[in-house]
Amino acid sequence: MLIFLLRRLVAGVLLLFVISTITYVLLYFSSDGIAQNILGEFATPEQIALKQAELGLDQPLPVRYLEWLGGAITGDFGRSWFTSEPVVSALFNRLPVTLTIVIGALVIAAVLAALLGVAAAIKRGWVDRAVQLLSLAGDALPSFVVAIVLVTSLAIQARIFPATGFVPFAENPTLWLMSIALPITALVFQLVAQAAQQFRSAIIDVRRRDFVRTLRSRGLSEREVVFKHVLRSAAPAALTILSLQFVGLLGGSVIIEQIFALPGVGPLAVLSTTQGDIPIVMGVVVYTVVMVIIVNLVVDLVNGWLNPKVRVS
Amino acid sequence: MSEAVVQGTTAPVVVVRSGVVKRLLKNPLAVAALVLLVGTVLASVLAPVLATHDPNYGDLQTVLANPSAEHLLGTDSLGRDVFSRLLFASQITLAAAALAAVVAIAIGVPAGITAGYFGGLFDGSANWVTNMLMSLPGIIVLLAVRAATGPSVWISMLVFGVLLAPSFYRLTRTAVKSVRNELYVDAARVSGLSDTRIMSRHIFSVVRAPIIIQTANVAGVAIAIQSGLEFLGLGDPLVPTWGVMLSDAFRNVYLNPLLLLWPALAIAITTVCLAILGNALRDSLEDGQKIPKVRTTRAARTTAPVASAVSTDTATNAVADHLLVVDGLRVGYPQAGGGMKTVVDGVSLHVDRGEVLGIVGESGSGKSQTAFSVLGLLPEEAEILGGSITIGSTRTVTPGSRAVAQGRIASLRGKGIAYIPQEPMSNLDPAFTIGYQLVRPMVKVLGVSKAEAKKRALDLLATVGIANPQRTFDAYPHEISGGMAQRVLIAGAVSCEPDLLIADEPTTALDVTVQAEVLDLLRDLQKRLGMGMIIVTHNFGVVSDICDRVVVMKDGKLVEGGDVRTILRAPEHEYTRQLLASTLEGKEPMSMLTTGTRA
Repeated sequence: MLIFLLRRLVAGVLLLFVISTITYVLLYFSSDGIAQNILGEFATPEQIALKQAELGLDQPLPVRYLEWLGGAITGDFGRSWFTSEPVVSALFNRLPVTLTIVIGALVIAAVLAALLGVAAAIKRGWVDRAVQLLSLAGDALPSFVVAIVLVTSLAIQARIFPATGFVPFAENPTLWLMSIALPITALVFQLVAQAAQQFRSAIIDVRRRDFVRTLRSRGLSEREVVFKHVLRSAAPAALTILSLQFVGLLGGSVIIEQIFALPGVGPLAVLSTTQGDIPIVMGVVVYTVVMVIIVNLVVDLVNGWLNPKVRVS
Repeated sequence: MSEAVVQGTTAPVVVVRSGVVKRLLKNPLAVAALVLLVGTVLASVLAPVLATHDPNYGDLQTVLANPSAEHLLGTDSLGRDVFSRLLFASQITLAAAALAAVVAIAIGVPAGITAGYFGGLFDGSANWVTNMLMSLPGIIVLLAVRAATGPSVWISMLVFGVLLAPSFYRLTRTAVKSVRNELYVDAARVSGLSDTRIMSRHIFSVVRAPIIIQTANVAGVAIAIQSGLEFLGLGDPLVPTWGVMLSDAFRNVYLNPLLLLWPALAIAITTVCLAILGNALRDSLEDGQKIPKVRTTRAARTTAPVASAVSTDTATNAVADHLLVVDGLRVGYPQAGGGMKTVVDGVSLHVDRGEVLGIVGESGSGKSQTAFSVLGLLPEEAEILGGSITIGSTRTVTPGSRAVAQGRIASLRGKGIAYIPQEPMSNLDPAFTIGYQLVRPMVKVLGVSKAEAKKRALDLLATVGIANPQRTFDAYPHEISGGMAQRVLIAGAVSCEPDLLIADEPTTALDVTVQAEVLDLLRDLQKRLGMGMIIVTHNFGVVSDICDRVVVMKDGKLVEGGDVRTILRAPEHEYTRQLLASTLEGKEPMSMLTTGTRA
């Protein structure tokens, strides 16, 4: 298991390197007008040349890239070209908000998917069809469309939830909950669909296995058999689906944060790309890939805990 | 398409396809989705004809107007006609989504076919690239692309197509890999077809349907991400798309929330319809084996009275106070065609306390189904068609009921009735330790403390002949051997000292040397605990070894039954004789017995 995790970790670092390189090269070709953008349209050619030298834009690509990479390895991702804020602190200031809604959505989706999957697999009939149809719609509908519907109906029309803004937990727990409820709901709606389907088919499959029959014959209640034994064997497949979907969840959270005006990484990503603030864009890309790698590792660990056979191999 | 070299191979594909379309059209949801999608496509194609205004002409006099005869859906924040914009937006949105799908197919399918067909280095590197692409968040990549190239829906959908290619790659690769080694592909190769022709003819026909399904899904995803990007204000504001319209409408959500409705509806309807269509397509591909549920239950009801009529004449031994009485039991499974396959047909038997009954028959004779009926562990789709089962004083199957009364049998399990399965390794939950699986039922059924249950479990493990009980107690199922696992299962079955023990082929999966030991163990335990026992087996050796009485089953019916010695000496039924001859071949003392009776 340890060797397995180490290999995943090495593969992750390799992935990080490749993706950041590709992104950097791609962004290199868009950095021509940056100095002009920063200084405004009335800047003189001398001022622009000076700014370009200051940002290192006059250097050839390999030099610039190696410089960035050297910094990145030591944890220094440079400063924003527009606000001069260090990239790391810009990201870390916004991370708590994004992590709250993303991890909140992930956990809620996992629990909900398990419950829906159990209901659909065991009750079958109309419950099954309802869950299937619901997850079909949830899977297909973009989360931002769901978010828009939630905002217009529950926040703007009915005024139950705040339409925008974020309240830190330490400030007011109730308002905090209200401010993240709708964003998380919108994300969960999409996230839960595939995982619920996966849970459903895995539960149907596991319930037919021999050991489940034997456990029943021992006098354990159906509830215990399903929730303790069947669910545990069914979970790894669904959790793997969730970890694959996490990539999409990070993307979805960018739009969701924009809709609810949450001060997360999303608005930062949008602003930096429209401005061409390359250090920040690179920071966001690295952060995203790191998050994906971490979640995949965590899911591997959880699956190892759920299934002791994986632990040895 | 189907004029292939090896004829028998393409024919089923064609049959499946025409059947698929027919089944698809029977699904009302799929038809509705198809109609809506065709309507959307038509509206977008006919946009220049249907539109009432120039989509980009804004009349600042009528900003954010409500729907009227002049502006069917009102106007937006720049006074542009929403209806006309929506039509042209559909055109661009759908075309851009199609671009993404085409790019994804153009890259993914050939790569998948090559990787699946040739394997090797290409397969390895393509897999690596695929894994990398799949761990990239689309939006972030597209944001970076936008930063590099500026706003263009076409470029972003082109790039997104590349990001979507892995889904087609994986699909094609798996399909091709599974087909590659099929006989007909070999035959085509032998007959001198080039690799390219084999791939285009045989393999493409296999991946065609999955690709169509995947395209529906991918198109939906492309629309979603494209609209999302534009909703963020990152699209080209001069090109009307659903996303751009949604973005504009959301900025004016406090002034005119109605504006949100149209583009949101367009996105929602299109993506959901695409998903429904893809799903329905998959369903109709798989539907061949599905069982029509309603029809079968009706069939069961009609056969039930007949069954009870048959069983009345055999219901003579129900009165006596046996440990177990099975009377005229009939069990059936609904079939795909709508009929009912009867697997147990009017079986009556009984077991007394301290008595061992053997149920003998070939596989498929219904002996295990009889055992599972008694245990109440039949698969969900099975139905009781008639008869009754009484365990002690509890009726678990009353005449006329269609299933085992789970509430009643549940209270009997563990203490009243227990079960030893056939295949040891698959009958232990791989996720829990042996100890947990032994302790938990005792705590639950006997109500003893955990510590007490653990003590008993260790004793039991020693009793069933496990050398190091503590080590086995702590082990996971995959850490012990098959013979040990069977001993553990026996320990589990007798842990609550049941009145009736049902063993389903308890020795079949074991090595010959272990078989004898396990039988000895069973006999010892049965004597010591005074249990009634049913042994289900195909092996007369096991029967002669351990049973007091035996019943012989064939095709779901009892063919004969009685005292073991009598049956062994003088089998009345031809089938029993055949079974005896086949099991006892080459075994000296027993074959003496049988040849003696034949003479």
